[in-house]
Amino acid sequence: MHPILAHPGRLFSYLASCAPLAAIVAALLAWPGALSSGQAAALALPMTFAFAFMGLSAWYPCRQFPLGASRLPALVATHAVGAVVASSVWVLLGAGLARILASIRGWEGIPARYSGEVRPLFAAGVLLYLLSVALHYLLISFEAAREAERREIELRVLAREAELANLKAQIRPHFLFNSLNSIASLAASDSARAREMCVRLAEFLRKSVSVGDRAVISLGEELALSRAYLAVEELRFGPRLQIEEDRDELGDACLVPPLLLQPLVENAIRHGIATRVDGGKLRVSIACGAGRLRILIENPYDPDSPARPGGGLGLPNVRQRLAARYGEEALFAAKKLADRFLVVISVPAERPA
Amino acid sequence: MRAPGRSAEVGVLIVDDEAPARAILREYLERIDGVRVLAECGNGMEALKAAGELSPSIVFLDIEMPKLDGFEVLELLDPSIAAVFVTAYDAYAVKAFEVHAVDYVLKPYQPERIGSAVERARDRLRRSDTRRPEGLAVAARPEGSWLERIVVRDGARIHVIPVGSLQCAQAQDDYVGLRAGGRTFLKTQTLSSLAASLDPRRFVRVHRSYLVNLDSVQRLEGQGKASTAAILSDGSRIPVSRAGFARLKTLLE
Repeated sequence: MHPILAHPGRLFSYLASCAPLAAIVAALLAWPGALSSGQAAALALPMTFAFAFMGLSAWYPCRQFPLGASRLPALVATHAVGAVVASSVWVLLGAGLARILASIRGWEGIPARYSGEVRPLFAAGVLLYLLSVALHYLLISFEAAREAERREIELRVLAREAELANLKAQIRPHFLFNSLNSIASLAASDSARAREMCVRLAEFLRKSVSVGDRAVISLGEELALSRAYLAVEELRFGPRLQIEEDRDELGDACLVPPLLLQPLVENAIRHGIATRVDGGKLRVSIACGAGRLRILIENPYDPDSPARPGGGLGLPNVRQRLAARYGEEALFAAKKLADRFLVVISVPAERPA
Repeated sequence: MRAPGRSAEVGVLIVDDEAPARAILREYLERIDGVRVLAECGNGMEALKAAGELSPSIVFLDIEMPKLDGFEVLELLDPSIAAVFVTAYDAYAVKAFEVHAVDYVLKPYQPERIGSAVERARDRLRRSDTRRPEGLAVAARPEGSWLERIVVRDGARIHVIPVGSLQCAQAQDDYVGLRAGGRTFLKTQTLSSLAASLDPRRFVRVHRSYLVNLDSVQRLEGQGKASTAAILSDGSRIPVSRAGFARLKTLLE
C-alpha cells in the first residue's frame, strides 16, 4: 500500500501542500495573457489535484529502483519515461478539461488558447513528476529508518521479556521446598551432610542472584552455577543422579548470556533423570574451536513416565535469548529421541576484550 | 476386616522417590502413637505391589514420580485405603481433594501437619467412608486438557495404555473393556466417565455401549440404515447408532 494513500492524515496534508502549486500553474496559464485569471484558475485547480494523484504513482518505480541499489542508467531511464508519460497524460487531461469549459458562455475560446500553452505545461509536468520522484525517495528512506528503529525497539523488548522470565524462572520454589525438606531430613540422620547441603544451596542462590543483572558472564561462571545446583540435587537424588562433564579450558573464558545452561540442566533433571526409576547420567559437554562455542546437554528420560507440568518452558526462553543476542549466528536444537533428550547450542565464541 | 484387638494401630505406606524425603516422613510418623510404617516405596509400581501385600490403612503419596504419578497410583489403589498427598507443589491441591484425598501436605514437612493428616485419615477410616468417585483421572486432569494415558490393573500387573493406542471401548456392566494393541483390558469405570476424560475430537461415542478412536476407523458400512457399522483397522465391526452416525459424520467432515 502506498505510504501516503494508506494514511488519511498524510493524504490531507499532501493535498494541502499542492494548493500553492495550483497557484503556480494558474499563473503559468495566465501569464502570457492567453487566459483570463478566472479561466486559468478553473483549469489549474482541477489539473493540479489530478496531478497530485498522478504524482503518487511515482512511488511504484521508486520502490522498484531503490537509490543506491540500482544502476544509474536504468534509474534515469525509468523516471524519464515515467515523467514523459505522466506529463503527456496530464496535458491531454487539461485539453479535455478545456473543451468541457468551452461550453460555458464567453469561454468558447479556451481550447484554442490552451493549445498555445501546451509546451510550457508539458515542461512543468515533467518537472513536477521529477519533484514527486524526489519526494518519494525521501519518504522511502524515512520509512526505512522508522522500520529499523521499530525493529531495534522490538529486539530490546524481547530481551527484557526474556530477562524477566529468567528472573522468575530463577526462583523455582519447588526446588527450594524439596531441598529444604531434604536438609530437614538429614539434620536428624546425618547432620554433617545437612550442613553441607545448606552451604551448597546458599552457594547456588548467591550465584544465581549475582549473575542475573549482568548482560554476559563467562561460561566458567555459568558452569559453576550449574555445578552448585547439581550438588544440591545430588544430595536429593542420591545414586540416581550421575553427572559427567566434558570441559574445555578454552570454553570457560567465553562470554554467554547468564542463566543460559541453568534452565536446561534443571529440565534435564526434572523431565529426564527424575522420571526414571534408576535415574541416569546427565552429560554436559563443552567444545570451543574455529571461533565457535558448542554446548551439548544430554540426559535419558523414561518415555513411559507421565509428563510433568511445566515442560518445555525453558527451551523457548533460551532459544529466544540466543536469537536476540546472536541473530542468525546462533544454533539451537532440542531433540527428543526414544529414551534420550539432547540439546545442542552453537554460538560465536566471544572473548572478553 | 481390620483386626479388632489393637484397633488404634494403623499401618502406613510411604511412597516418594527421594530417599531423604522418605526418611523424614518415617521419622515424624513413627513419633505418632499407634502408627506403624509398613514400608517405604520409591515409585508407583512398588507402591501398588506393597499395598497389595501389606494392606496398609493409609498411604502417604508423592505426586511426581517415575512410571506412575501419585494420581494414577491412587486410582489403582483399593478404595478403602486413605491417601494423603505429599508434595512441594501447591498447584495440585485442588485436584487432590477432587479425587478425595484425605489430606494434602506440603514439603518441607511440619511434624504437627503430619499428625493432623493421620488424624483425618483415621476419621475417614472410622467412618469407613470408602466412597471414592469413579474416574479419578478425570478430576486429576488439568483444566482444558485430555487424558494422555489410562492405567489399568490386571491382577498383580499394571498396564499403562497411551490413549493413542486405544482403538475402542465397550461398556460391560460395571466395567469398560478397553481394546488396545490386540488385547482387551477391563477397568472398573463407566463408559460415560471415560468418554468425558478423552478428547472428543479423537474419541466418538458411536453407540450407547461403544466409544471409538477416530484414527482406527477404516470405513463405515450400511450407511444411514439402522444397521450401520464402523469397521476398525483390526477388522472388527462396531455397531453405530443413528445419533452416533450423526456425530461421526460431523467429525469426519
